Amino acid sequence: MEPVKPHTHDETVTSLNNTDFYKHQLRVALRNCGVINPESIDEYIAFDGYSALARALTEQTPAEIVEIVLKSGLRGRGGAGFPTGRKWQFAADAQNDVKYVACNADEGDPGAFMDRSVLEGDPHSVIEAMVIAGYAVGAHQGYIYVRAEYPIAVERLNIAIRQAKEYGFLGDNIFGTGFAFDLEIRLGAGAFVCGEETALITSIEGNRGEPRPRPPFPAVKGLFGKPTLLNNVETYANIPWILQNGWEKFAAIGTEKSKGTKIFALGGKIRNTGLVEVPIGTTLRTVVEEVGGGCPGGKKFKAAQTGGPSGGCIPAAHIDIPIDYESLSSIGSMMGSGGLIIMDEDNCMVDIARYFLDFTVDESCGKCTPCRIGTKRLCQLLDKITGGSGTMEDVELLEELCAHISNNSLCALGQTAPNPVLSTLRYFRDEYEAHVIDKKCPAGVCKGLLQYGINDKCTGCTACVRVCPTGAISGKVKEKHVIDPAKCIKCNACMEKCRFNAIVKG
Amino acid sequence: MKSIEDLKKIREATLEAVCPREGNAVRVVVGMATCGIAAGARPVLAACEDEVGKRGLSNVTVTQTGCIGVCRLEPIVEVYVPGEEKVTYVKMTEEKARRVVGEHIAGRRIVTELTIGAAE
Ligand SMILES: Cc1cc2nc3c(=O)[nH]c(=O)nc-3n(C[C@H](O)[C@H](O)[C@H](O)COP(=O)(O)O)c2cc1C
Ligand code: SF4
Ligand code: SF4
Repeated sequence: MEPVKPHTHDETVTSLNNTDFYKHQLRVALRNCGVINPESIDEYIAFDGYSALARALTEQTPAEIVEIVLKSGLRGRGGAGFPTGRKWQFAADAQNDVKYVACNADEGDPGAFMDRSVLEGDPHSVIEAMVIAGYAVGAHQGYIYVRAEYPIAVERLNIAIRQAKEYGFLGDNIFGTGFAFDLEIRLGAGAFVCGEETALITSIEGNRGEPRPRPPFPAVKGLFGKPTLLNNVETYANIPWILQNGWEKFAAIGTEKSKGTKIFALGGKIRNTGLVEVPIGTTLRTVVEEVGGGCPGGKKFKAAQTGGPSGGCIPAAHIDIPIDYESLSSIGSMMGSGGLIIMDEDNCMVDIARYFLDFTVDESCGKCTPCRIGTKRLCQLLDKITGGSGTMEDVELLEELCAHISNNSLCALGQTAPNPVLSTLRYFRDEYEAHVIDKKCPAGVCKGLLQYGINDKCTGCTACVRVCPTGAISGKVKEKHVIDPAKCIKCNACMEKCRFNAIVKG
Repeated sequence: MKSIEDLKKIREATLEAVCPREGNAVRVVVGMATCGIAAGARPVLAACEDEVGKRGLSNVTVTQTGCIGVCRLEPIVEVYVPGEEKVTYVKMTEEKARRVVGEHIAGRRIVTELTIGAAE
């Protein structure tokens, strides 16, 4: 029976399900999020939870499960988009008496909270998937690596693991089949680099989280030197759904090469900030304008940043691009793990690049020189440009340095760190030039290039004089005022105060 | 837990409570992910439970849930009545929560001005 609309007095939308925000969404990985009580294993079971595991253990062979995951077309949701089935195949094929399964819940991307939401809203889906993965690849021990900054996620995971043990979904002889699997949580201290798979493994082993060269890949030589299957939280959350509904149904969602859905943490200059899950291949326009409701205050959409500090921007000219792995990388951006930051006309793209570089400088582990020193130098060059003393040689040097860092860094943190610079240079070169040649920040963001002034609309009301913290404004009552640039600290207080639009910046 | 049969039993026993399909059972969920809690969902959940208890309403379950998705409008409370589309209340406070329990759950009248469509 179709749900009927409840009786209301007018046409107000009373249900989230009927909002534009929700209409384009499809919840696969988030199927139980916001529906069930995450601390109740019975509610998870009521929504078919653990039935995929039961069937897998009692009716399917490990090889059959790997085959289903392969055919589903699921790709890793942690950023790189590697086919999950192939990874499972590698781990299953590895010859060793001990193997491990691990879950990457480090989520270090600034502004991203997809994995946290899955763990807080539906922790059993990840646990169920990891037991299935253990059976499929021949592992009996799993680890979930989650940052200590996610206390609620950790608490709910602990509750869920305890419940799963009580019910016999973890431990020995699961469903009476003789298969044994155990799961432990490992807390990370919140370093971005610990999301990189080899650094994560090193960290679980109890050492300082630094990457090591690959190969060998974790599926061959991972945790404690043993073959290890490592997947992202969202990747795992899809697994029980695929096994319950069949790979065909999953493969029917998405595009030819990118199947299923993707969760995005929508943020920045967008009306509906929040957590959204859409079929892969949905256009950026749909996500920004319909799901997101556009930029607030009627401002113009300028660009979207995906992939956080490793990603790139998608300019407004490409707003009709389908969001999938191939399309995004073809224009110099990437799918990333799901951070989606929207920027409007008030954002300066050089400043955005500088922001991300500032982040990578902090987060570089320091093990290799191109990343440790290169990102620092990139950031200094960007500081120089946004500060107003950049030259065109600096812009050339930026590009040269970007190539050097990408080509010579040990891990993907360094290899991808130049991306925000490269993609803003590609699409917003004119903004770099405006900073360097005209000494202007077109968006009015970079303080080093701003000048405040007062135009003829000034009525001499003296409102600005009273808010200026540095006494930079002077003038007689009812006469046009002036700002002393030597005293002005560009705090914007006068601009906000003036009722006559008389304060100008540029 | 030994078999698929055991799993089915739990499933059936719980399903009616989680998504009541008939009768006058009502389910109230409060978004209690980090975003909701930060916006003040804990006292809202407590107020819902308290008000349901005070009014002696039977057949009503109040429970927490994960992220409902619209972080901007947290705290969010959703009311499920069998056979009807769920109703989403946004930007909840303790007082608003008590009102919803009184008017919508006890009185079966949707408090339209507190729903998601009215928040814009
Ligand atoms: C600097 C850096 C940070 C990363 N952070 C994460 C992370 O927080 N979560 C994640 O799942 N993958 C992260 N990755 C990707 C992982 O190395 C790995 O590819 C992924 O966990 C594999 O799982 P998947 O195939 O399911 O995506 C990061 C990679 C790099 C280079
Ligand atoms: S690229 Fe950066 S983060 Fe990666 S190993 Fe080198 S210094 Fe460390
Ligand atoms: S921007 Fe701030 S410091 Fe400068 S003139 Fe206006 S109020 Fe004074």
